[in-house]
Amino acid sequence: MSVLIFVELDEGKLKKSSQEAIFYGAKVAEMTGTTATAIAVGQADDSELATAGRFGATKVLHASDTRLNEPNGMAYATVVAAAAQQEGSTVVVLAKSSLADAMTARLAGKLKAGLAANVIELPDLSNGFVVKSSIYTGKAFAYNELKAGIKILAIKKNTITPEETDASATVDSFSPALNDSDFVISVKSTEKATGDILLPEADLVVSAGRGMKGPENWGLVEDLAHALHAATACSKPVSDLDWRPHHEHVGQTGIKISPNLYIACGISGAIQHLAGVNSSKVIVVINKDADAPFFKSADYGIVGDVFEVLPRLTAAVKAL
Amino acid sequence: MKILVCVTSVPDTTTKITFTDNNTKLNKAGVTFITGPYDDYALARAVELKEQAGGTVTVLNVGGADAEPVIRKCLAIGADDAIRVNAEPTDAYFVAEQIAAIAKDASYELILMGRESIDYNGGQVHGIVAELLGLPSISPVMVLNIDGDTAKITREIEGGKEEIEAKLPLVLGCQEPIAEWKIPNMRGIMTARTKPLKVVEPVANEQLTAVSHYELPAPRGAVKMIPADEAEKLIQLLHTEAKVI
Ligand SMILES: Cc1cc2nc3c(=O)[nH]c(=O)nc-3n(C[C@H](O)[C@H](O)[C@H](O)COP(=O)(O)OP(=O)(O)OC[C@H]3O[C@@H](n4cnc5c(N)ncnc54)[C@H](O)[C@@H]3O)c2cc1C
Repeated sequence: MSVLIFVELDEGKLKKSSQEAIFYGAKVAEMTGTTATAIAVGQADDSELATAGRFGATKVLHASDTRLNEPNGMAYATVVAAAAQQEGSTVVVLAKSSLADAMTARLAGKLKAGLAANVIELPDLSNGFVVKSSIYTGKAFAYNELKAGIKILAIKKNTITPEETDASATVDSFSPALNDSDFVISVKSTEKATGDILLPEADLVVSAGRGMKGPENWGLVEDLAHALHAATACSKPVSDLDWRPHHEHVGQTGIKISPNLYIACGISGAIQHLAGVNSSKVIVVINKDADAPFFKSADYGIVGDVFEVLPRLTAAVKAL
Repeated sequence: MKILVCVTSVPDTTTKITFTDNNTKLNKAGVTFITGPYDDYALARAVELKEQAGGTVTVLNVGGADAEPVIRKCLAIGADDAIRVNAEPTDAYFVAEQIAAIAKDASYELILMGRESIDYNGGQVHGIVAELLGLPSISPVMVLNIDGDTAKITREIEGGKEEIEAKLPLVLGCQEPIAEWKIPNMRGIMTARTKPLKVVEPVANEQLTAVSHYELPAPRGAVKMIPADEAEKLIQLLHTEAKVI
């Protein structure tokens, strides 16, 4: 009956978003009078997996078949469905990510589950099982009643702030039957920025738009991002022009993020851009045009030239 | 090649969303409906593939009669025919079941759609369709080329991308820069009027979820302006007042 949480690994470590998912799942378990079980897929040490206990999981199932070494949404969904079956779980929690996105739908199909994507709060159990989710790209919320026997919740970043204890989870190996049909896609090559903070995971984001004039000026954006340990992002025209890679593009047609801090430099604040960033906790806008629409959606603003303001901010962060 | 493109009819991206009936219905007054921007990318690529290698492009929408202008526009852009499943979509599973029912015996080699709709942003329909049909699903697809019975695909992943190969048939969720959005020309608009648009009734479905009501976000407080020549103050405020750094 336990609440099942899918734990995503990044080079053998629990992703931060998964720690949030475990804490969320443990809270749901508490509300429903059961325990939280995590399911981790891929290679990781038992000692690392046991840290799921700190966020509230009592047990971790570990599927470490070598065929699962590389992220594979279809195969991982098969594993998680098998785990849900074994545990008799009626609630499955995942933190939204590109891997989780590939899994949740397959999982919903396998389990005929009621699915809520972009969940932003703990469920309300006072009248059925109701979850609040973000819709219309952050412009509104929906309260969804999940009526199916099995419920899948994909939670957005910053849905809950995890608290840690010094508890440890037991780790059991888990070897469900795998389907050959889940391994028919062959990945020829992978290109991944290394050493940078992943944008969807980042607490702090420095983002820039066409106001930067050209890719050669991005050093100013990166300097501030490095000083803050922030990820970098950009507006759509910037990625369309190939000034920055597409995976940094936020907004209606890009990634949707909800960091603690979003600093927008030389971005006008078009409604399609706001759609991807409007659930950030704090928004800072730097624009030389006092009438830029973005100021209406900001918490802090500076009317000024990014080429002058950015170096001053970087220096001020370093002086903190 | 036989391609199915599934499209949503959604409020234009500039829409200010509001609700009526005690926050239980979208206020459609004054709202322009468009093809989902991601679906538009999928359609544009489907039409390009057809122009290169021949075949047919069928557009499928699960929606009420008010979605027909959006469907006609897809026909004007270059789809050959269209199917509308006559039902108000209730959730991703419902839509996916309708699509799977249409696709089951129709032997499409590609089933394309946007990576997500821009109303519910679930990004789930392609995966559920693929699961129900027992096909592989890949999303978000940024590049799609067909070589015989193999699709060569670039998929975006967190912080990068990967090159993938997979045998047809496939279900794909698409995003830019898979193709440029296409604008219908006069000839397209004229021929679209006579292209077949078949209306079918939905298959029965158990309701797995239901929206009880909607809510709008609380407005942000007033913006605090900091003079550019005191830019350092911003960092102090983020540290001591907003406490985010
Ligand atoms: C269907 C659809 C989907 C879209 N999806 C997205 C999306 O996902 N993401 C997205 O970002 N956009 C999206 N757009 C595009 C969006 O409408 C805007 O065109 C885009 O966000 C503008 O990018 P920008 O702010 O970088 O550029 P601009 O609008 O050109 O703004 C540049 C800003 O920089 C300021 N500036 C210039 N020089 C300086 C300086 N030296 N110092 C300080 N400020 C300076 C200017 O005052 C201006 O405000 C979409 C559009 C459509 C129609």
